[in-house]
Parts: sequence; structure tokens; C-alpha cells
Amino acid sequence: MTFESLNIAIALPEVFLLTMACLVLVVDVFLPQTKRNFTYVLTQLTLIITFALVLSNQTDARVLAFNDLFVQDAMADVLKLFILMVSFGVFVYSREYLIARDIFKGEFYVLGLFSILGMMLMVSANNLLMLYLGLELLSLCLYALVAFSDSRQRQGSGNASEAAMKYFVLGAIASGMLLYGMSILYGLSGSLALSDIALAVMESSKADNAQHIGMIFGLVFIVVALAFKLGAVPFHMWVPDVYHGSPTAVTALIATAPKLAGFAMLMRLMVEALGGLQADWQQMIIVISILSMAVGNIFAIAQTNIKRMLAYSTISHVGFILLGILAGTSAGYSSAMFYTISYAFMSLGGFGIIMLLARQGFEADNISDLTGLNQRSPWFAFIMMILMLSMAGVPPTVGFWAKLAVLSAVVDIDMVWMAIVAVFFSIIGIFYYLRIIKVMYFDEAVDTQPLECGRDMQIALSTNGLAILALGLYPAALMSLCVSVFN
Amino acid sequence: MFADLPLLSLVVWLPIFGGVAVLLSGDKGDANGVRVLSLVISIATFVLSLGLYTGFDSSTAAMQFVEKTAWIPAFDINYHFGVDGFSMPLIILTTFTTILVVIAGWEVIKKRPSQYLAAFLIMEGLMVAVFAALDAVFFYIFWEAMLVPMFILIGVWGGERRVYATIKFFIYTFIGSVFMLVALIYMYFKGGSFAILDMHMLKLTMNEQLLIFFAFLAAFAVKVPMWPVHTWLPDAHVEAPTGGSVILAAIMLKIGGYGFIRFSLPITPDAAHALDWLIILMSLVAVVYIGFVALVQKDMKKLVAYSSIAHMGFVTLGLFVVFQIWENPANASSSGAALAVEGAMIQMISHGFISGAMFLMIGVLYDRMHTREISAYGGVVHSMPIFAAFAVFFAMSNAGLPGTSGFVGEFMVILASFQANFWYAFLAALTLILGAAYTLWMVKRVFYGAIANENVRALQDINSRELTIMTVLAVAVLVLGLWPAPVIEVMHTSVESLLQHMSVSKL
Repeated sequence: MTFESLNIAIALPEVFLLTMACLVLVVDVFLPQTKRNFTYVLTQLTLIITFALVLSNQTDARVLAFNDLFVQDAMADVLKLFILMVSFGVFVYSREYLIARDIFKGEFYVLGLFSILGMMLMVSANNLLMLYLGLELLSLCLYALVAFSDSRQRQGSGNASEAAMKYFVLGAIASGMLLYGMSILYGLSGSLALSDIALAVMESSKADNAQHIGMIFGLVFIVVALAFKLGAVPFHMWVPDVYHGSPTAVTALIATAPKLAGFAMLMRLMVEALGGLQADWQQMIIVISILSMAVGNIFAIAQTNIKRMLAYSTISHVGFILLGILAGTSAGYSSAMFYTISYAFMSLGGFGIIMLLARQGFEADNISDLTGLNQRSPWFAFIMMILMLSMAGVPPTVGFWAKLAVLSAVVDIDMVWMAIVAVFFSIIGIFYYLRIIKVMYFDEAVDTQPLECGRDMQIALSTNGLAILALGLYPAALMSLCVSVFN
Repeated sequence: MFADLPLLSLVVWLPIFGGVAVLLSGDKGDANGVRVLSLVISIATFVLSLGLYTGFDSSTAAMQFVEKTAWIPAFDINYHFGVDGFSMPLIILTTFTTILVVIAGWEVIKKRPSQYLAAFLIMEGLMVAVFAALDAVFFYIFWEAMLVPMFILIGVWGGERRVYATIKFFIYTFIGSVFMLVALIYMYFKGGSFAILDMHMLKLTMNEQLLIFFAFLAAFAVKVPMWPVHTWLPDAHVEAPTGGSVILAAIMLKIGGYGFIRFSLPITPDAAHALDWLIILMSLVAVVYIGFVALVQKDMKKLVAYSSIAHMGFVTLGLFVVFQIWENPANASSSGAALAVEGAMIQMISHGFISGAMFLMIGVLYDRMHTREISAYGGVVHSMPIFAAFAVFFAMSNAGLPGTSGFVGEFMVILASFQANFWYAFLAALTLILGAAYTLWMVKRVFYGAIANENVRALQDINSRELTIMTVLAVAVLVLGLWPAPVIEVMHTSVESLLQHMSVSKL
């Protein structure tokens, strides 16, 4: 193997991100707490430069690197760009929140950067090993992040530790499932490379050989693991507790960018490697998707905590994303991608508002904390309304187009009944989103003090909300981007 | 004069952007500023929309003032506006009513007036867009988006049970419409186009037609509203602020009727034919049963809300009785079918004026007395003689007195129903008695008799602002009642074209 065959330039953004993450780690150690802002700026600068590197590195072709472990294609590029964008937003929103909570620490940024690196590796994985390493890098960072506030914040009464423990144990089980499924695939195909596995799957389904059953056996474990990681029903138990227990800054990180990476993992595993088993996994995903939409939307109604409500709403959105995937057509994949990207931005904005509401020593995570927001800060109430309407899929917001895209994908494969089931559950879902609007607009404010925040947060939140609206008015650009990825 | 302008886009976007401007100007300064600004915007929109009438060519059923630009190429969704004889009068009705609503809320709304007025202006643009949209997804977007300002209007400026009413309103309408969305997507894959006019031509089997018909019915029947999915309407009306009730009754209900004309009848003619008995039955139940329900209401707004449902029954009756008129061999050559559809349209426009006037009248009383209970009033004529005169006039037109617009539409529909079946006409004609009974009885109890209490004695008669609104509406009701020919002429060719679509089987 020569050095050239490593084709290291392809992975330049990842290499840069890794270097910078290590640098931030070292630099941060020598900074006094008063200079902590430097870590923040350095982190954001890293993300911006990585973004620029991905952008300049873009190719239409499919390029392999690191002995075919690593792939760069259109899907990887687009997803990486959005992962970086969303993470940038999370860091902007969380700065004041972390300062107010006395957890404005370098660890948050170092672990955050490493988790972003993990996501980027997942997105670019061309090999089961790579995929697994990326996933574990992401997950381990997130486990630590969930727990990292508790040692300093006693009044949290161990919520975060409990969440971290739950997240870790269930996440480890899911990883074990994934590894088991992967080992079966490896045993049957003799390779860890996704393309080799795809060939073996084709081979096995051609003849009526016993391998086919084995493949399906492996597939089941992989589907279970993916459902765990994405938080799809019936493997969703960890989602509400983790969303609720983590500091909101960490919840925002968990709820946004990793969904994009999860989508990539789905595409790499289910479509690229196991595309030949589509008829088999389609049935499993139909069940998981319907259950997710049902449980997510129905359970969300009963929540009084907005983070838990958004957790159940995430579960239902995952159901919708799976709806696009199960169509098994390129239109379906692009609609699922469109959905995932729009969801990441909606949920980013939603958690941004929650962090905005939180103040010193007070976690504003109950729905009642939003009471009368329109009187306090009409502009932020308006943004939150747009976000909620978008999550509910009401036009003219991007959420409507996302739902339209996945629904048309399933109607296209003659599964009209599936579309009807999906709209039925989205009707149930509309209720709890409307309740947020009701609380903000119809109820009288108890506390009429306007919300205060820095200029950076104001600009970021406004951009985020208006982007949801603008994409709703003109979704063509993002939509054709997603379509072009799968052509 | 307006030939070169993208007139429909202007009529849609001027109030929307104007509403955003009103919203941004905020409530910090003098509220009169935003009021004047809103009034100017609404009048400008109305004047622009008149250009649709003056430039309209009533000799063709083709879409006019068409604007078409690719919007989302991935799904072949177009920015596609256009009007025909059905949508043009309804657009003008919308822009006209919005002016009245802006004036009606002038000094009454003290709580965040800029948000209140902005909601109406934005809603105006969205409703015009619903009538003008010729692309199904484009239509659907405005159809849904229009719920949001109304949701907020009822929820923020409504009465005591506003939260219950507004959430019920939103969810009812939303449930109805999502199934329509699935039907639209289905037809897109079937025919390869989201253009509504292409869907008119799309061949569909009977099974497909039935399912699509029910999907549309879910959307439009809730909106009209037809018995038995009407229960959201009395709640929404009672809790809504006056302006919200006016828009709801005058325009939003019409969107349901318009949906039948634009979607159900031409796209699924065979299913509509097969199920016309169901719609006629539901319409007659609305006319008769809801008429009785209206009779026993204690709340004025609720009474008018129920009377709206009964009057809208004529619209659906007129639209669906067509098939039975054709089936009756006795009138093979008559123009009964056109009469029925035109009657339905006239009824929609006339009901826009009359129900708007009725709700504004109740608003006038409510602003002074803060109650809508009929029993709290009595002898109002002694303290408000001018207002009482208008009240009697509008009550008469609500009851369908000849010479007012309320008579024309109902009479045309009843006349057409005779050609289908005597009993349809008989039952529908009961409304002339029932309508008179519930409306005039309410007027008697509120306006006549001895003065009920000191509050009534202290009432001030209507001021010039209220007088203006009432006069304008009274003139509109009279003109349409005495001389409906121009409106009928505008829509006649479009009606013929619709009937043509309905008569050709798609099987």
C-alpha cells in the first residue's frame, strides 16, 4: 500500500477537525475561566473552516480513500455541510445557557467537536468498521456530555446522571446488537466493505440458498440497532429520559446533527449494503414507522415538560423519515433526506428557544414556562410559532414540504394506506403543537419581563426561524439538492 | 387599465406584505396609525380587485388573469393563479368584507391592535389566494395557512371559551383537509400534474372516484359546514371576535362551497352523481333540522351561526341537485341545472353580505352591553332607532324577503329543485318559514317590547363608523336582491362549462 492510495486529501475536513479538536483540548487546559470565550471562538472557527473545506472539496464523483474505508460522494458532502451548520447553531445557542449554569467549560466544546467528527466519519463510512467507529465516537462523547453537568449542579438531583446511565446502557446494548448483526454479515460475505456485502446479498437472493436466511437474520439485528440509535418505537424508551435529563445545550446537540448522521447510517447500511434485502426490511420498517408515529404523537399529548414533548415529537418525526426510506425509491430517499434536514433545523430552533427562556438557576423546560410569551417577546413567540407549525406540517413552512415529500414517496409505490395512516397520526400530533401556540399567545403572562439575550443569539434564532419560513415559501432549492444527491 | 399588471399576485401579496408591515409597526405608538394603515391597505386591495371585474371577459369559461411560473420543479408544482366566473366574485367579496372588518374593529379592539389587524390582512391575502390558485398544492398551502391567523384571532381576542373553540376549529378543519392532500398526491401520480384543470380531465375509475370524493367531502363538508360535521361552527362563532365571525361566515364557509365547485364536481363527476342523494340529504337536514335548532338558541351569535349552516345547505343542495334534474325526463331541454348552480353561487355571495351584516349587528350590541343573551335585551328600538331599522332590514333579508339578496339565491335553488323532485323543493322551501321564524322572533325579542332594563335604556345609537358599514352592506344586499343579473352574467359561461364537465362520465 502506497501513501498515495490512502488518498488522504479526500478526508481533509476530518483531518482538520481532528487536529483542531486536539488543539482545543490542549489550549483549553491553559486558559483561566475568564478567558473561556477563546475556546468557544476557536471551536466555532474550526467549524467554519471545516465547512469551507467540505465545500471546496465537493465532487460529483464517488471517491474512495483510506483503502476504501472512507467514501466521499454527494450524499456525504451535503450531510456534512448540514451537520456542521446545525452544530454551529447549537454552540451559538448554548453559550449563554452554559455560562448561566456555570458549566461553560472546555469539555463541552472538545467533546462536541469529537462527536461531530464521529458523525462525519459515519456519513463517509464505506465499511462496517468505519461506520461502527464513527458511531461509537459520537455516542461516547454524547454519553459524557449528558452527564457532565451533574457534578457542578446539585439541584439537578441526579437527573442528568440517570439520563447518562440510561443512555449509556441502552446505547451499549444497541451497539452490541449492531456488532452482532455486522458479524453475521461478515461471516456470510467474508468482507466488511459495504460493496462486497451488497454483492454477497445479491448472490444470496439469486439462488435459493441457505445464506439468504442468514442474511435476514443479520438484518434483523441491524434494524434493531438502527431503531435504537434513531429512537424509533419500540426501541425509543431512552429518548424522553435523555432529552429531559440532559442540560438543554446537550439535548440540542443530541436532537439535531446526530439525526443527520443517523440518516446516513441508514442509507449506508440498509440501502448500500443490504439494498438487495429491501423486500425484507421494508416490512420491518413499515411496522417501526407506524409505531413510531403512533406512540410519538399520542404520548406527546400527555407531556407537561416541553423537552419530553419534543422528545416524543422526535420519535414521531423519525417515523416519518422511515416512511421515506421504506419507499425504497430514489425519490423516497431524497424525501427522507429533505425531511431529516428540515427536522434538524426545526428542532435546533425549538431547543434554542428553550435555552433562551432558561435563566440563572432556572430551567425553563415546562410548557407553562412559555405562558404569555407573545406579551413578553412577540418576536420570539412568532419564531416559536413558526417552528411549531413547521413540526406540525402546516404550510407555508418547510415542515409541510417535508411531509408532502415523504407522503408522495409512499403514494408513488402504491401504498396509499400508509399515507393515510401517516396523515392520521399527524392530525393527532397537531394538537400538542397547537397547545404550545395556545400557551404563548392565548394565556396571560405571569412574568411580563422581556427575554434578554445577546445579539448573536438573536440573529441566529431569527435566521433559524425565518429560514424555516423561507424554505417553506421556496423549497425548490433544498428539494432539488436532495433529489440530485440520489440521482 | 390593469392589463399589464400581475393583478392576482398584487391582490394576494399586497395585504400579506401590508399585514407584515402592520405587524412590524407594533403597538408601541398611537394605535390610530396602524388602523389607518390597515384601512388604506384593505381599500387599495379592494380597488385592485375591482380590476378583476372590469377586465373580466364573461364570454369565456377559460381562466383569466393567468400567472404561471415554475415554483418547485422537482414536483412540477407551479405558482399558478387564474380566475373564472366562480372565483372572481368571491375574491371581490373577500376584499370587500375585509374593509368592513377593519372598520368594525376600529376602536373596539384595544388589546394589541396591530396584531389583530395584521391577522385580518394576512388572512385576506391567503383567502384570495385560495380562490385564485390553480395548482392543487398551491391551493392546499393557502387553504391550510389561512387557518393559522383565524386560530390566533379566535384564541387571542375571543370570548371566555376561546381556547376550546379555536382548537376545535383548527383540528376539525385540519382533519378534513389532510385526506384531501393524500387524494391530491394520488392524482398527481395518476395524471402527472398538480394543475387543477388537468385533474378535471383525468380519467378515474369508479372506486378511485369514490375514495377521492370522500377525501374531498371530508375537507369541504367541514368547511361549509354541512350537517353532521357542523359542530365547530357555533363554538367558533360564539367565541370569535366580531371581525373573526364576519370573516368566518362571509368568506371561509364559501371556500367549502367553492371547493365543491372547483374539485369535487368536475374531478369526480361519477362519484358525485352516485352519491348525490347523500349530499342532498345532508343539505336538507341542514336546512330543516338546523333551522329548528336555530329557533331555540338563547345566544344571538349562536342563532346566526346556526342560520348560516341552514343557508349554506342551499349551496350544497343547488350544486348536487343538478344530477337529478338531468335524470328527470320531463325537463330534458330546460336550463334547470344552470339555475341550480347559479342559485348556489348567488346564495354564497348573498350570504356573505347578510351573515356579515348580522354578525356586525350583534357586534354593535355586544360592544355596548357585553352580552349576547337574547334575554338580556328588549326594547332596544327605543334607545337605538336607526340601528333597529337596519336590524329589521337585515333580519328580513336573512329570512329571504323578496327584493333582498337573500331571496334570489334561495328562490333559484328552490325553483331548480322542483325540476328534480317536488319534495326537495318543499323541504327547502320550509326555510322561508323557519328562517322568518327564528330571525324575526329574535328581532322581536331584542328590539321590540318594553325596555328590558336600565342598560338598554342607556344605549347610544350607532355612530357614524357603524352607520357607514351598515349602509354599505344594506346597499349591497339591496342591489344584489333587485338586480342580480350582472353577477349571474359574469358566472354564466363558467357554470355552463362546469355542467359540461359534470355531465361527461369519466369512466
